[in-house]
Order: sequence, then C-alpha cells, then structure tokens
Amino acid sequence: MTAQVITISSGKGGVGKTTTVANLAVALAADGVKVVCLDGDIGLRNLDVVMGLENRIVYDIVDVIEGRCKLRQAMIRDKHLPELYLIPAAQTRDKNAVSPSDMQRICNELRPDFDFVLIDSPAGIERGFRNAIAPADRVLVVTNPEVSAVRDADRVIGILEAEEKRSTALIINRLNQALVKQHDMLSPEDVLDLLGIPLIGIVPEDESVIVSSNRGTPVAQDTKSRAGLAFRNIAKRIKGEEIPFLDMEKQAGLWDRLQKMTGRRS
Amino acid sequence: MNDIASLIHIKGLRDGLLVSLSDAPWEEQSAALLSQIDGQQAFFNGARLALDIGNQILKVNEMVELRDRLSERNVSLWAIISESPITEKTAQLLGLATRVSKPRPGESHSFDTRNVNEETALFVNKTLRSGARIEFSGHVVVLGDVNPGAEIVAEGNVIVWGRLRGAVHAGSKGDKSAVVCALDLLPIRLQVADDAMNSSTRKETGKPEMAFISDQKVIVETWQPGN
Repeated sequence: MTAQVITISSGKGGVGKTTTVANLAVALAADGVKVVCLDGDIGLRNLDVVMGLENRIVYDIVDVIEGRCKLRQAMIRDKHLPELYLIPAAQTRDKNAVSPSDMQRICNELRPDFDFVLIDSPAGIERGFRNAIAPADRVLVVTNPEVSAVRDADRVIGILEAEEKRSTALIINRLNQALVKQHDMLSPEDVLDLLGIPLIGIVPEDESVIVSSNRGTPVAQDTKSRAGLAFRNIAKRIKGEEIPFLDMEKQAGLWDRLQKMTGRRS
Repeated sequence: MNDIASLIHIKGLRDGLLVSLSDAPWEEQSAALLSQIDGQQAFFNGARLALDIGNQILKVNEMVELRDRLSERNVSLWAIISESPITEKTAQLLGLATRVSKPRPGESHSFDTRNVNEETALFVNKTLRSGARIEFSGHVVVLGDVNPGAEIVAEGNVIVWGRLRGAVHAGSKGDKSAVVCALDLLPIRLQVADDAMNSSTRKETGKPEMAFISDQKVIVETWQPGN
C-alpha cells in the first residue's frame, strides 16, 4: 500500500477547506479505504472539532516533529470508522514549528500504512500553505462561486504550477443554484472558464453542513443531505471511479459543457 | 566569511537563480549564502534557487536544513546540481530537481534586457494568473489569458491572444503610440503611456479589440478585417 497524499487548499479562508477534508475523509473511510487526515493549520486547529475528536487529543503534529512522541501516538482513531485517523495540529504553536521537510517526512512514514493522506492546508500562501503542499501528490483547490474566492484560487493555482504540482483539481463549494439562475452568483462555468483546471466536484449550499460540523459528525455520513452526497461523489472520483455529477449540476445542459471544459486542459 | 563574493556566484536563469558554490567547506558556504540572502531580502524574496555544488557530497540533513532555512526566508530550493551521483540521488529523494536545462514555469520573471529594441517582444506561452507580474522593456505577447490580479507592464505594445482581464500598462515609459490588443478586452485597468482607459462602462463584445490613444484619450476599437 502506498498512500496518495492529497492536500486541500484554497488561498482564501472560510471557503470550506476543513469541511471538505473532514467529509472526504469520512466518505473515503466509509468506502473501506484507509485514510489519515493531517491538520496543517498549526495554531488555529479545527479539523479535530469538525470531526468530533477534540476531546481525544493527547499529542499533536508538533510533538511528533519535535520528538516528544511517536507518530502512532499522535494518531487519533475516529469514533465510528476504524479505518480513519486524524493527526491534529498544535494549538499553542505557530506555523514556524513545522517545515516542508517535516511534512514530507511524516507523509513518507504514513504512506506504507494508508491509501490516502489528506492534508488540511491553512488559508493564505505563506509558510503554512507551503508546508501543506510540499508532500502533496495531488492538490484539490476549494473555491466558492464568488469573485474574491476565485481570485485567490487562481493565485494558488499559479503557485502550484510554479511548484510543478501538476495534478490539481477544483471543488466548487456552496453553490446556490437559485442565485446562479438570477445571475447573482458566478456559475460553475464562469469559475471553470477563469481557472482552467479540471473539476472534481460541485457541492451545493446546504444548511445541514453547518449543523453537522457543529455536532462533529461530517455531513457525508448523512444520507439525506445533498451536500453529503456531493462529498461522497467526490470521494469516489478521488478513488478513480467515474461518477456523474449531481442532477442539480446537470440543469440547462451544464453537464455537457462541464465535461468539455474539464477535458479541455489536463 | 570575509569575502562572500568569492565563495558563491549567483546568476539569473530564465526560471530562477543559479547559485554556484566553490570548494570551501559546506558550513561556510551555506552561511555565506544565507547572509547574502539576508542582506538583499528584496531581491531574493520569493526566488527559486538552483544550487550548483560541484563535486561536494551533501548529506540529507544538510540539504533539508538548507531548504528549511531558505524556506524561512521565502526562498524555494528547486534543484541541486551535483557531479556526485550520491548527492544527486539524495536530492531526488527530497523531490528536488537535479537538472536546470528543462524549462520551468516561474511566477516572477527576469529577462536579459541588454539587446531590447523596438522590434523585441517577450513571448509568454501560458495563462497569467492572479499574482503574476510581467515587466518588460519591449513588447509583450501572451498566448493565453491574463486573469484578474495579473499585471503586465511593457514599454512597447501588449498583445493578448486570449482574454485580457488583468491590469495592463503599455508604453510605460511614455510611448503614446503604444497599443493593447486582445481577443477579449475586459481589463480591470488599462493604461497607455500616462492615459488610463475608463474601463467601468465596458461590456464583453466577444470580438477582438484594440486600445490606443487618440486625442489624448484611450479609445477602444473593434478589429475589422482589412483595417
């Protein structure tokens, strides 16, 4: 087993990176693959909260790096999914406690035992972001259909291109179809047109995401939620399955155009 | 340490900086490099470094340490060029390149500007994304889009075979005859010499257009075959 390391990034804060990591991890692990999540947001950790594992933290990633514990000791097993682990960030330190090579070393140690390593990148394009992308085999860029988030995603993609991280894909999060119809929100086509990278999923705006994040049970476990379904579909696409986009995304022949666009550039 | 310049040589490549080290001990050289970077932060900020270490043998931890030190200074190490196969292997293990001949895309660009004249153009064969900035003393031709947040400053003309959505300044040294052409001309900001275009009222036309100065105002005309 050699894990694929996937970093979830965005540039802008608050677009749903942590939510995406938690949900993809849960969806992947529920499908029976071994997943470990790494919270890269040192000093502002919250992946543990979204995953409902906050009260189990003993050691964190900085403890591993500074040799106070073994990697295994910092790995927290999920409450429900035995194949899902979390390595939390440190809350009392800052990004400078970690270097790109530390991240690479930790991921190399994890690779033999897992199928996927998901890294939650902090917002911004500074040290923490560089740490998070250093070990990545693949980067998923999360954006919202709004101008500022797309601008930052564009900047991040530019940096990834310069770093020769070739395998990038886009997640459009919190799409509100009603607003798009009224021309009050960027459409997925507008976003893809500008960013020009392949699309791996569109997640509709859904209140249940907030509710379940607060409860510490990611929405991907909720079979009724449309956002949950979208995350489960992205997880399947990550595993290499061909999954059609949600009905909502198909409206007005969008699906055909999306396919053209996503196949447009590699 | 007394003569840094004799220890390391720094040369601009089309996609980063090539630092060549001499045969002095490694600690001395890496210290010299770091102090040079600290001394010229503005120059090195965001730079990509390729390190030519000749026939020295570097250990993994030395390489890792240097990369981290550079990373703290917002300098990224992307290649180690070495005559020693062992060191090359170590570098590859860390995901570093070991050749610089392959063209690499960079975010910031530096160009050889010695022989630029009114017939020299810089050809940019990719989409310029937010944060990219191109400054050139001749003309600039882009095959790709110029996204919002990207910026082109040229002393001559700017031609974009794609969508122009970023900021562009043609004739930046005052050439009022400079023009800006694009297949889709919807820049956030467009300036020719000292005159700026009023871009707030522009709408997408879906046609190739050219902006130029006429009567001290920047105007935009749709390209017509035969004009």
